[in-house]
Amino acid sequence: MVILFAVFLLTLLVLTAVAIVRTENLFVAVMLTGIFSLLMAANFFVLDAADVALTEAAIGAGITTVLFLGALALTAEHEKSVSSGRWLSMGVVIVTTLVLIYATFDKPRLGDPQAPVHLHVAPWYLEQTPEIIGIPNVVTAVLGSFRGYDTLGEVFVVFTACIGVLFILSGRRGRHLPSNGMASSSTDQGLRHHLIPRVVGRLLIPFIVLFGFYVQFHGEYGPGGGFQAGAIVAAGIILYALLEGETQALKAVPRPALMGMIIGGAMLYGAVGIAGIALGGNFLDYSVLADNPVTGQQIGILLIELGVGIAVCGALLSIFHAFAAREPS
Amino acid sequence: MDSAIDVLSWILLALGGGFVFVGGLGALRLPNFYTRMHAASLTDSMASILILVGIMLQAGWSLAAIKLLAILAFLLLTGPTASYALANSALLSGLKPGNSADESTEN
Amino acid sequence: MYYIVSIAILITMALALTRALLGPSVYDRVLAVNMFGTKTTLLLSVIAFLYGRPDFLDLALTYALINFIGVLAVLEFFQSRSIRRANNRVDGS
Repeated sequence: MVILFAVFLLTLLVLTAVAIVRTENLFVAVMLTGIFSLLMAANFFVLDAADVALTEAAIGAGITTVLFLGALALTAEHEKSVSSGRWLSMGVVIVTTLVLIYATFDKPRLGDPQAPVHLHVAPWYLEQTPEIIGIPNVVTAVLGSFRGYDTLGEVFVVFTACIGVLFILSGRRGRHLPSNGMASSSTDQGLRHHLIPRVVGRLLIPFIVLFGFYVQFHGEYGPGGGFQAGAIVAAGIILYALLEGETQALKAVPRPALMGMIIGGAMLYGAVGIAGIALGGNFLDYSVLADNPVTGQQIGILLIELGVGIAVCGALLSIFHAFAAREPS
Repeated sequence: MDSAIDVLSWILLALGGGFVFVGGLGALRLPNFYTRMHAASLTDSMASILILVGIMLQAGWSLAAIKLLAILAFLLLTGPTASYALANSALLSGLKPGNSADESTEN
Repeated sequence: MYYIVSIAILITMALALTRALLGPSVYDRVLAVNMFGTKTTLLLSVIAFLYGRPDFLDLALTYALINFIGVLAVLEFFQSRSIRRANNRVDGS
């Protein structure tokens, strides 16, 4: 039955992907990308990967659509037609596809109990997590503690990407449209004249932010964690910016606070690592953070997830404001 | 008592599934944007109430029931708002209700 | 019983996707994406109970909230686009 769901969803996915590539209207492509990410999240869910599905839901469907629309407002809406090199690129794509399909013949079947990952890697993690770390969500345990270096790298990648985007986009801030009666910046007003979405949005924003905090701190027990929580809180504040206008949102969370969040989140992660060294263990060794090593691990995971959440939230908000602040020329 | 709850839950789920399918079919087959919006909002409100209440009966008194209640509340709050905002935006940008092909049958 | 409901929701998702691919105006496509999002929420709730893992309902709750934000972002884009077009027409004339 799972196979039936997965095959159906994957078929829809292929159809959507073909439609995204074939259409020339970029707005249609953005809408279809939203559907694509919804389908991917449903796929991940059917395959029982809840943390990944939650991340895809939070980032793919909401925030990526907003950022694409912001980019679309600054550029054209129709794709320029490509004239040369079509057959060459088609040939490269077909060859790569065939090589990839050939490579999957060696993969073990989905859920095969004799696969190497189920004989060596997974049982080790499943046995060691209750003893060493003691939290129910093994995914968070692996992400936060056993593979802590990878997550440190991810936080710094988010940090670097955000800084890169801000360098590119903030350069030409402040080019205003020639002033006449209607030319107050359109993103400044938001959906100010629409009463019903404003009221409903104002009701929802506290719940969205509260839900983001819930996902942050509940990450050790259920699907959740820093990335998802950061994206959800950022989505709530982006909703406020959409409804009330961008300047109001900048009054609520000003730019220095955003920079502080990005830098502070990454530094919190690094500080936990250095605290490990200062207290006598290795870098990112959480066992020395408290008297009981298990409690130390839990404290360590809590702190680094907090760092990740703050950094992701700040990064997404900065990128959104960078897009929204540019006047379309 | 348990079987009564089960039967009720099955009926609600079946009705919900029927409404979802009818709404989807309407969104595909109806001629105009505003009529399609009627069909799509049917799936947002009626079908989600029936399906989620049907699942809530199965869940009993637990945290899952409270989460389902929260999902239902948010869907009912945001679905009509999104429909209103979409219809308003379409009307303001000039999409006219009514279909020119229907005029021949009005007389 | 959950199987039948989830199959009905999956078929509706396919119908919504068809509307998103066909729809002559952009508003049809936005309608289809909104419908798709709420159907995904319902599908996630039903499958969470089908698998016997009720703690996966967080995902459905996330989707119910995020879908709304996506639709409002699209509408704000339309509004700013029409204001920009009106400005360009005023400037150009």
